[in-house]
Amino acid sequence: MKVALIGLGSVGRGVAEMLAKKDLGLTITGIADSKSAFMDPAGIDISRILANKKKNGSCGDQHLTAEDVIKKADYDALIEVTPTNALSGEPAIGYIRAALSRKKHVVTSNKGPIALAAKELRAMAKKKGVALRYEATVAGAIPVMHTLEHGLAGNEILALYGVLNGTCNFILTRMAAEGLTYEQALMEAREMGYAEADPTYDVQGIDAAIKLVILANTIWDNGVKLSDVDRTGIDLLTPDALRLADEEGCTIRLIAEANPKKHLLRVSPRILEKNHPLVNDGTLNALTFETDMAKEITLIGRGAGSIETASAIIGDLLYIRDHYVQRA
Amino acid sequence: MKLEMKDSPGQLVAALKPISDVGGNIIAVIHQRDPDIDGDTLNVQIVLELPKGRLDNLVSLLKEQGVKIQRIGEERLLYQRTVIMIGHLMHTDLSDTVDQIDSTGFAEVCELAMSMPAVNERSSSRITIKAVSREDMEAALAILRRVSQQKSLLLIEPLEDSA
Repeated sequence: MKVALIGLGSVGRGVAEMLAKKDLGLTITGIADSKSAFMDPAGIDISRILANKKKNGSCGDQHLTAEDVIKKADYDALIEVTPTNALSGEPAIGYIRAALSRKKHVVTSNKGPIALAAKELRAMAKKKGVALRYEATVAGAIPVMHTLEHGLAGNEILALYGVLNGTCNFILTRMAAEGLTYEQALMEAREMGYAEADPTYDVQGIDAAIKLVILANTIWDNGVKLSDVDRTGIDLLTPDALRLADEEGCTIRLIAEANPKKHLLRVSPRILEKNHPLVNDGTLNALTFETDMAKEITLIGRGAGSIETASAIIGDLLYIRDHYVQRA
Repeated sequence: MKLEMKDSPGQLVAALKPISDVGGNIIAVIHQRDPDIDGDTLNVQIVLELPKGRLDNLVSLLKEQGVKIQRIGEERLLYQRTVIMIGHLMHTDLSDTVDQIDSTGFAEVCELAMSMPAVNERSSSRITIKAVSREDMEAALAILRRVSQQKSLLLIEPLEDSA
C-alpha cells in the first residue's frame, strides 16, 4: 500500500523511521513538512529524507507544498500528523478534506480536526467509501478505538473515565512522591521534556477535554464540543492536598469522565484510592469503559512519544490495508 | 436493637427470622446471660442493616413472636465520602461552609483535617461527610460544589463508579 506522510515533527519522524525499519509492505510515495515536500511514485528513500531534514531543516523541494502532495501524489492513504490547532483545526481539516475528496483513506494523530469536524469528515469518508481513522488522537499507543470498534463490538458503553494527559499524571506523581509544589513538579516535567514551554493546554485540562470530546463523539455521536466540558485543571493543587489524600490511602489524579445518562462531561482532579486501576505513576495514560456486557474494562499504556504514537498510526494503516485496499 | 425474650428453645431463631423476612441484614448477635435478671428471660443485642421504612414492620413482627424490644438505636448516616478543598478557607468562613452541609438535616461533616502553610497562602483541608443515603450524599456534594464556586475554592471529589 502506498502512503503519503504530511508532517515531520516528532510523530511524523517516528512513523517514517518505523516504516523504513519494519517490512510492513507500506511504501511512502509523498512526504511534506511545513516548508517543503517530495514525491516519488516508486517509493521514497526515507533515511535520505530524514538525513536531509536534519541537515537542512527541510525534507525536500521548497517549491512543493503539502497540498501538492495531497492533491497530486500517487497514494492509497494519507498520514496526517501536523501539529494540533484546537481552535481552527487548520490546516489539517483542509488536508483531510482534500484527501477524502480524492477517495484516499486518512489516518491522523491530529486532535484538532477530529474534535472540531469529526461529523463532517466521517460523513465525507463514508460517502467516498474510504476510511478515516484516528486511533493516535486519544491515549497515544493504547488501542482505544480498536478496542471500542472490535473488542467491545455489540456492547453499550455506559460511561468512561480515565487519565488522558501524561504531563498532569507526571506532575501529580511527583507532587505525591516527593512533596513537591506544583511549580517544582512542573519544572521537573519541563526538564524531562514532558511539558511544553507553555503548559496551559496540559495543566488546565484542555488537552484531556479535547480527547474526551473525541471519545464521546466516537462512542455516542452526541455532537459535544470542547465548550461543553466542565473543566478544572491541576495548577491550583497544593502538596498539602496530596498529603491529606495520602493519609487516607488515596491520591489525586486528573480524571476525564463522561456519562451521557447523567449528562456528565467533566475533566477534574479527583481523589482515588492508591490501588485504583487508574492510579499509575509517571506519564502513563489509563482509561476505563463501563459497558453492559463486558462490565468494566481498563486499558493502561503510554499516552505519548514518537514511536508510541507511530504504533497507533501504523495499526490504523494496516487495518485499512487489510480491510479496504487488499480486497479492492 | 436490644431485645428481651423468653429463655426457651427456639426463641432466638424465632426472633431472628423476621429480620430476614423484612429484607434486613444481620451484622452481629450478642447474647449474654445477665446474672441479675431472673432465669426465664434472655437479653439479646442485634446489630442489623435495614432498608428504609421497614423498621415498623419488623417491630410488629417481633411483637407477634412475643419478643419485647427494650431499645432501638439507629445510626442513620450510612454513606460516607471524603473530599479535599483548597483555597482561602478561613477567609471565606469555614464554619459557614461546614454549616451549609450540617444544616441540611440529611448530611453532616464528621471529620475535618486542615493544613495552613502561611497567612495569606491557600490552605488545604480534608472533609469527611456522612449522609443518610446515596441521593442525600449527591445533594450534599452539590451544595459543596455551589459553595466552592461562590467562595472560589477548589473542590476535589472522589471518583465513584458512575454507571
